[in-house]
Amino acid sequence: MKQIVILSGKGGTGKTTVSSAFVKLLNNKITIDCDVDAANLFLLLNPKDQKQFEYFGGKKASINLELCSQCGLCESVCRFDAIHDYEINQLSCEGCGFCYRACPDDAIKFTAIKSGSYFECSLQDKSKFYYAILLPGEGNSGKLVSEIKKSALNNVDEKTKWVIVDGPPGIGCPVNASLSGADFVVIVAEPTQSGIHDLKRLVELLKTFSIKSGIVINKYDLNEKITLQITSLAGKENIPVLGYLPFDEDYIEAIKANKTIVEYSSHAAEDIKNIWAKVEFFMDISKN
Amino acid sequence: MIISVVSGKGGTGKTTVAASLASVIPQSVYIDCDVEEPNGHLMLQPKFTSEESVNKLLPKIDYEKCDFCGKCIEVCEFNALINLKFEILLFEEMCHSCGACEYFCPKNAITEIPKELGKLRSGKTENDIKFYDGLLNIGEATAVPLIKKVKTKIENEKINIIDSPPGTSCSMVETVKDSDFCLLVTESTPFGLNDLKLAIDVVKNINVPFGVVINKYDETFVEMENYLTENEIEVMLRIPFDRKIAEAYSNGILPINSSDKIRTDFIGLIDLIKKKTKSNGTQMTQKKLINTDF
Repeated sequence: MKQIVILSGKGGTGKTTVSSAFVKLLNNKITIDCDVDAANLFLLLNPKDQKQFEYFGGKKASINLELCSQCGLCESVCRFDAIHDYEINQLSCEGCGFCYRACPDDAIKFTAIKSGSYFECSLQDKSKFYYAILLPGEGNSGKLVSEIKKSALNNVDEKTKWVIVDGPPGIGCPVNASLSGADFVVIVAEPTQSGIHDLKRLVELLKTFSIKSGIVINKYDLNEKITLQITSLAGKENIPVLGYLPFDEDYIEAIKANKTIVEYSSHAAEDIKNIWAKVEFFMDISKN
Repeated sequence: MIISVVSGKGGTGKTTVAASLASVIPQSVYIDCDVEEPNGHLMLQPKFTSEESVNKLLPKIDYEKCDFCGKCIEVCEFNALINLKFEILLFEEMCHSCGACEYFCPKNAITEIPKELGKLRSGKTENDIKFYDGLLNIGEATAVPLIKKVKTKIENEKINIIDSPPGTSCSMVETVKDSDFCLLVTESTPFGLNDLKLAIDVVKNINVPFGVVINKYDETFVEMENYLTENEIEVMLRIPFDRKIAEAYSNGILPINSSDKIRTDFIGLIDLIKKKTKSNGTQMTQKKLINTDF
């Protein structure tokens, strides 16, 4: 089994478009959407037989005013500015439990709270698909990513050839969590000033993980000068360019039709097949 | 006044909208809180005048005093410490710097030492916009402390434009929570609509007045308009889907600098926001007055 994670640093460069296309092309796979803040992959894959699981990401503190002697110790120890006038702001509470442990009156409750849900479903080819929805404003998105990956990987058996992971944007904690156990990272980059800026930061992050990667340049013809810069950056960093996808309204039309690009456009399907062939090639020839 | 610009989905044009807005407001303050991938500086091209380290605190064990009683492990809610009996092992990226281990250690064997988690950069643009952003160190997991630090640069008597991180989790809430108005930027696709709904849930939850900007606007995607009409949500600006805008953006050029029409639209947008926050403000004072009457 090989695990492929699709990342981009910058949002909106085409992670989900590329992930969904891979999912459509491959057999014997498990698919995981790790963008738990804003999951979109399910919109294109039409999953069925959905089973829902609740996710308790952490605890939050609250004050029982009947027991509280208003000593103010909780407010003074809280580093997250969550406690004012003997009341704990649930959005600011970090869930560290410091106040709960410090309270001399045992007036603080510290209880597990639901921070989201995750879903196990089946795709048309009967393969398993996982995604999650974080409750608005919750922290612990990295933990939810780990949780959903863990339950998905429990279903890996000898027939499973691929685990496809649609990653979150950014380079922070959920991205780190989505990278655990990855064999190869497909970076989807776009030729814009912001795109190359964010790409460089992602490449730096991946170096610390020593995971092999390759770059897909999406909307390459939007700015061929920056596309060239990305290509030369890739060369310098010893990262293969897996392929170039054009700025093409077909990609938006496919999403609007709730279809993957390989179902919508035959020439795009060819491009994606070529990219996947390179993924397999580069994953095999060199291991860091 | 604080106006935050957010979007559930990445790549919808948050930074473009935020930077455009800041550019049409004289003497504005631009605060980039997308610390994982800050891009505002690429559009506004400020001259950075200073850069300071932002630190988080990490526990350091004094092994002369530590007797491996395990209290620090017990009070750490984030499993950042492991007791090996000859060493207390710290997983730096798990530590939330809450300080509980230091406080509860019965031997006073723990001190907290600062470690850099990112940088706060300050500067000014040619048009006299004050510019601040946070740059999270690569590999660092927690963005919130850096976001808090960047937000200390807000100047209450001026108009502050905050560029938020994408998503709907803690970083976004931390960025938006004390804004006077929130602009939600979306795009005319099912992804855009799905993530817009999530973002609306958050801003409603934290009680910030908001309006919607539809970028890459495509009138054939009627689901977006239907949803907004049904929920009585105002569309404050529509920016057309146009390859030329995308090309200009790719070179770091804001649409207000390539189209007079869009510049006028943004000036209209800020006037609209000012009107809305004013009327909200009166409503709020009225509510308060009623409350005190009781």
